[in-house]
Amino acid sequence: MPELETQRQIDAEIAATAHDYEQSGAEETQPRLDYAPYRSSILRHPTKDPHHADPEGIELWAPCFGERDIDPLEADLTIQRRGEPQGEKIVVTGRVVDGQGRPVRRQLVEIWQANAGGRYIHKRDQHPAPIDPNFTGLGRCLTDDDGTYRFTTIKPGPYPWRNHLNAWRPAHIHFSLFGTDFTQRMITQMYFPGDPLFALDPIYQSIVDPKARERLVSTYDHDLTQPEVLMGYRWDIVLTGAHATPLEQEDHQ
Amino acid sequence: MTATSPAPTLTATPGQTIGPFFHFALPFDGDRDLVAPGTPGALLLHGTVRDGDGAPIQDALVEIWQADPSGAVPRRTGSMRRDGFTFTGFGRSTTDISGRYTFTTLAPGGVDGGLPFFGVTVFARGLLNRLFTRAYLPLDGAEPDALLTSVGERAGTLLTERDETGLRFDIRLQGEGETVFLTYPGHSAS
Ligand SMILES: [Fe+2]
Repeated sequence: MPELETQRQIDAEIAATAHDYEQSGAEETQPRLDYAPYRSSILRHPTKDPHHADPEGIELWAPCFGERDIDPLEADLTIQRRGEPQGEKIVVTGRVVDGQGRPVRRQLVEIWQANAGGRYIHKRDQHPAPIDPNFTGLGRCLTDDDGTYRFTTIKPGPYPWRNHLNAWRPAHIHFSLFGTDFTQRMITQMYFPGDPLFALDPIYQSIVDPKARERLVSTYDHDLTQPEVLMGYRWDIVLTGAHATPLEQEDHQ
Repeated sequence: MTATSPAPTLTATPGQTIGPFFHFALPFDGDRDLVAPGTPGALLLHGTVRDGDGAPIQDALVEIWQADPSGAVPRRTGSMRRDGFTFTGFGRSTTDISGRYTFTTLAPGGVDGGLPFFGVTVFARGLLNRLFTRAYLPLDGAEPDALLTSVGERAGTLLTERDETGLRFDIRLQGEGETVFLTYPGHSAS
């Protein structure tokens, strides 16, 4: 196994890219695909510019999900097993809207995450933190008519990975989202406010614009917090602008 | 129908990589079987996802979204609880240890007179945001459409190839034969 580089080396690369970006005067809103501090991206990013396409046919529509697909209980990750999972119980809620601010109604949201100790239920997760027999870390729900999703879960822990020596991911929840057309499909990660690992994490820093990165950070919301039960976090999601008009989507069942 | 919409007024939330640990969460029973194997007309849509060295990517996720054989856009729910009868047009397949994904499905018809294609989305560990592309049915003498024409000499990467099981569509993220990936109005490249 090759010797891993230090955090200091990764930090220097992150800083150099951030400096170049600042000097450029351009505004970027999405992660760079070519971002060498995240070592696994080196051979996995396209080198050619993406080709501009006007969406047509099937691309103007999105798959439909409904009550048949999702059990409402799947939105509560703390009741999937017999006992209570370990850790800090939280609620995460927000709205999914398109680029015009219109709610994405009755659409699928999927999440997955590590447990409170930073361990995934995944055979490739070698982190020696304990598995929690009462926590799978998998949730699904449909947005309501206002585009709102809501999950009850456990605050995930940070976890180590082998991008470089002493690499740790900030605590995060993976989110998978669909819009009203195919071109809005996205997968991302939601973070928690004030995480000291933000500056050190090449995946978070692959979004080189500080304002854009902050769009992935949830807000602590005391109005969502329930006395003696759980803490509340709010996180809204904006998909890229929809192309079809709302009228054309009305037969969405 | 072509796209028309007002310019976005809100900035889109950034994407992030799917990471290495999605296998316990995103796959579901029947995810890659849009129709039951053995259904009349069923074919295998399959291919290998490769990196810049040509090595197979074992932790990618490929999704397809397609019209039915008549060119109608499916508006039915139930992809995650397949009943064996309802064609929902949506499929999801992880890649295996050889980098291969597979779908059992029907050939799509063209929508609104366009050439038939599968809409394809690619996710992988190491890939910082999703990629979109199209997998067209073999042209069989049909004229290339506006997109294929505008792509030029790399257009072949958007065409499926017929083989003994159905249709083959390899995806190359980088390097020789790099697949043409698409960006749509309202997207920003980075
Ligand atoms: Fe993760």
